Amino acid sequence: MALIEIENLTVHFRAKGHLVRAVEEVSLAVDARESYGLVGESGSGKSTILRAICGLAPVTGGTIRIAGETIPEPRDRAFAARVQMVFQDPYGSLHPRHTVDRALSEPLAIHGIGDTDRRMQEALTDVGLPSAFRFRYPHQLSGGQRQRVAIARALMLKPEILLLDEPTSALDASVQAETLNLLNRLRAERGLTFLMVSHDLAVIDHMCDRVLVMQHGRAVEELTRGDLAGARMKTAYARSLFDASADRML
Amino acid sequence: MTLLTVENLRVTFDTEAGLVEAVRGVSFALGRERLGIVGESGSGKTMTGRAVLRLIRPPGRIEADRMVFDGEDLMTADDAAMRALRGHRIAMVMQDPKYSLNPVMKVGAQLTEGLRQRDRIPKAEAQAKAIEALNAVQIRDPERVMEAYPHELSGGMGQRVMIAMMLIPNPDLLIADEPTSALDVTVQAEVLSILDALVRDRGMGLIFISHDLRLVARFCDRVLVMYRGKVVEELAAKDLMQAKHPYTKGLLNCLPRIGGAREPLPALNRSADWAL
Repeated sequence: MALIEIENLTVHFRAKGHLVRAVEEVSLAVDARESYGLVGESGSGKSTILRAICGLAPVTGGTIRIAGETIPEPRDRAFAARVQMVFQDPYGSLHPRHTVDRALSEPLAIHGIGDTDRRMQEALTDVGLPSAFRFRYPHQLSGGQRQRVAIARALMLKPEILLLDEPTSALDASVQAETLNLLNRLRAERGLTFLMVSHDLAVIDHMCDRVLVMQHGRAVEELTRGDLAGARMKTAYARSLFDASADRML
Repeated sequence: MTLLTVENLRVTFDTEAGLVEAVRGVSFALGRERLGIVGESGSGKTMTGRAVLRLIRPPGRIEADRMVFDGEDLMTADDAAMRALRGHRIAMVMQDPKYSLNPVMKVGAQLTEGLRQRDRIPKAEAQAKAIEALNAVQIRDPERVMEAYPHELSGGMGQRVMIAMMLIPNPDLLIADEPTSALDVTVQAEVLSILDALVRDRGMGLIFISHDLRLVARFCDRVLVMYRGKVVEELAAKDLMQAKHPYTKGLLNCLPRIGGAREPLPALNRSADWAL
């Protein structure tokens, strides 16, 4: 049985009086310890799927199951302990007036977990930040350091599943490399399952075993890593995306 | 033919924490070609582009041994002369359409403003020129876009509107600062081919500023690689894979590639002497 099962997921919402059909009947299954990618252009609904899983977007139709169980509505603490998300913009996803210490200790406080000091040290070490960073504010950190804090925060509750929404697209190339290496190391060490969104086929290829190509809210084609690298795609859209990313082979 | 010559350009900011040198002695010459300037954030690539137009406000200072555009000395030109150059002969496309278009003005009004104000062109004629420019950047229904506000456009459309706006005066030099970074790959390809056609057909010079080394290599003729305010390497775009400087090599190596190995990406170990 797959760890994450999404069946015919549909997300519709109203924005400024218009009905937005963000996701239309998308199905996918991610095995435990697998790394699964969602790729597509802006407006393809890839991020909305992640947001629907953690309750930030309404599920209009279809089901989402984690380890065979339909996810609770609203999402409860047990869900949060299992599934965590890392957002694209490290500038926007950390509270500007909370120190790293406060950002990292909040999930522990909510879940009534003690041993804060030790866990905090461990989390910072795990993401490669010196412990002196504990009392810094987000504006005192670089973009890459902020994303490390966001990853540390997501790992505080020791979840099984990480939802990664373009985790490196706001970072410089060298910092992106460090962050991707960090994510891969953490996945190997902790047996994490990744569901990762990116518009960059090279990043997806480096990180994911399978990838779903999306367009206009619909699933277009699922590719294995080998299919992607070997340019064995069946649909015209997946092919055009691949062709436009030709320089990512260099 | 050389369109722009820059020798030993320096951009310095006097801040409370002391002098910050954003650009430290950059020199290059540009003909009617596509020159790419690449670097990571903070490398001074945007400041180099802005300095050419003297668009740096105090406490920033621009110094150069020589900065000449088509025979005109940009260092000694007075404000009126610079205004005559900006937009008219040297245009700049900024990074983000969300912040660079006026949110409360219709696109059509923004496109025709310069023509109406500066060139005193009658309204109907200005409209026609604006529509022509929107057509040139492959906007399918220009009449509708003219009547739209910037928030009603997608990122790709907004970017194309900005390019159209810069093309109306038919500049000799276009400085494009990350013109495609906010765009999807397929739209990016379209915008690049538009820029490409302009260089080829109108004989325009292009300075293409980007953080994306592979994109620049594919699109430009020549590449300057900047690191901490200096050009560490200049090379023909087709020779990028044979780059010699360890920074350029390091930048290339740390990128994931389709079909690449699964091992950890090599880290970029910065050496202190690159910045010297």
